[in-house]
Amino acid sequence: MNDVATPTAVLVAANYKSGYKPIWCPGCGDFTVLSAITKALAALQLPPHEVAVVSGIGCSSRIPAYTTCYGFHGVHGRALAAATGLKVARPELTVLVTGGDGDGYSIGGNHFMHACRRNVDLTYIVMDNHVYGMTKGQASPTTEPDWDNKLSPGGTGIRSFHPLVIALASGASFVARAFSGDPNGMADIIAQGVRHPGFSFIEVLSPCVTFRPEQREWKNHVHAAPVGPTDDAARAARRIMTDDGFNIGVLYAGDRAPYPANPGTATRVPADFEAEFEL
Amino acid sequence: MSAGPRTLPEFMAQALAMELEAVDRYTEFADAMEMHNNREVASLFRTMAQYEGKHASQIMEQMGWTDAPKPPAGGFGWPDPEAPETVPIDEVHYLMQPWHALQLALAAELRAEAFFGELAQATTSESVRRAALELQAEEHEHVELVRAWLEKVPMPDGDWATDPDPPRYLD
Repeated sequence: MNDVATPTAVLVAANYKSGYKPIWCPGCGDFTVLSAITKALAALQLPPHEVAVVSGIGCSSRIPAYTTCYGFHGVHGRALAAATGLKVARPELTVLVTGGDGDGYSIGGNHFMHACRRNVDLTYIVMDNHVYGMTKGQASPTTEPDWDNKLSPGGTGIRSFHPLVIALASGASFVARAFSGDPNGMADIIAQGVRHPGFSFIEVLSPCVTFRPEQREWKNHVHAAPVGPTDDAARAARRIMTDDGFNIGVLYAGDRAPYPANPGTATRVPADFEAEFEL
Repeated sequence: MSAGPRTLPEFMAQALAMELEAVDRYTEFADAMEMHNNREVASLFRTMAQYEGKHASQIMEQMGWTDAPKPPAGGFGWPDPEAPETVPIDEVHYLMQPWHALQLALAAELRAEAFFGELAQATTSESVRRAALELQAEEHEHVELVRAWLEKVPMPDGDWATDPDPPRYLD
């Protein structure tokens, strides 16, 4: 846990921000995602020590260090696996998982589907900028097939991954899309996701101003979803498959029972595990 | 614009939220610029954050508040996704110069001035109207201050964003 906030009568967003300063590029959408997470936690009045933020690898996966919550900056693509174990073992914690499109949909793609399927009570926030930013601009699973750059001349020609539909088809019980240019709206969506029992998936359109500067235009395309969330997965799938990719809001909220937590009783102490790794 | 807040405390809570959001955003910018060793612009954003912080403190003092009031359910109903005085997150660049930063600040102050002016016209509460006009006048002063400041900084060359070691090669 990073710099523990002094308990106050009313928690505000600043109580969830650590003293570590983000190293993201100026203009990066991830700044407002961090801000929205802290605003959502403040709105929910969840003490930082009752929240864990788990991530994988990538620019956006740095978020745990920037919060005062418990944090785990794990292995590339394995954030959901670590978070699943944590939530099942410590059900009293609110567990947020943060990462990017490369970490979540490529390296961790299989974990993504199975996390949706298991429906463990997690909130998964993916900052999607359609590019691997940390490694200097390679095409990611959500990159448009005709995105022309030095590393994929003429584009990859490969159809983009559709995370919201995959999440829905795999069993996520809450599916939403947010935009980094609207941190207040995003905070509300994150708060709804945390409140929702089961696996909540929030795709955040978060422009990479360095490697995809054209994404600054997203703010001119996003719009509120014309209708409220449905609990009908088939209807949600039709809407998501046919929308323009810029509908913002909660798109699906089902009522499938979450995976039951069963912390059980520990029969071994941490030293037993450490002993197994001794050389 | 809708009639907006109906009472003076509601209005002042909205004005306070606007100032506090501006503080947060300017602080984020200052931190980011420091991280990228653009110290001159970082210092300027830090100064802007301090100014906005002073305005927030004035409102708190004036209203006798020790904590910021909770935002109303559904938010403050800003005309845009963020408060008028908040510079959008994507409008900065790691090589930007003070002139750019001041242009962003000027645009933010102009938005705030217009917001209070429109609110003063739309409200049906006399106390809210008076307070909105007062804050509009304050924002106008800030506009003039930033304009005067802008005259003291050089306009950047056309190639200000050219980085000899760019993160992204296009050729």
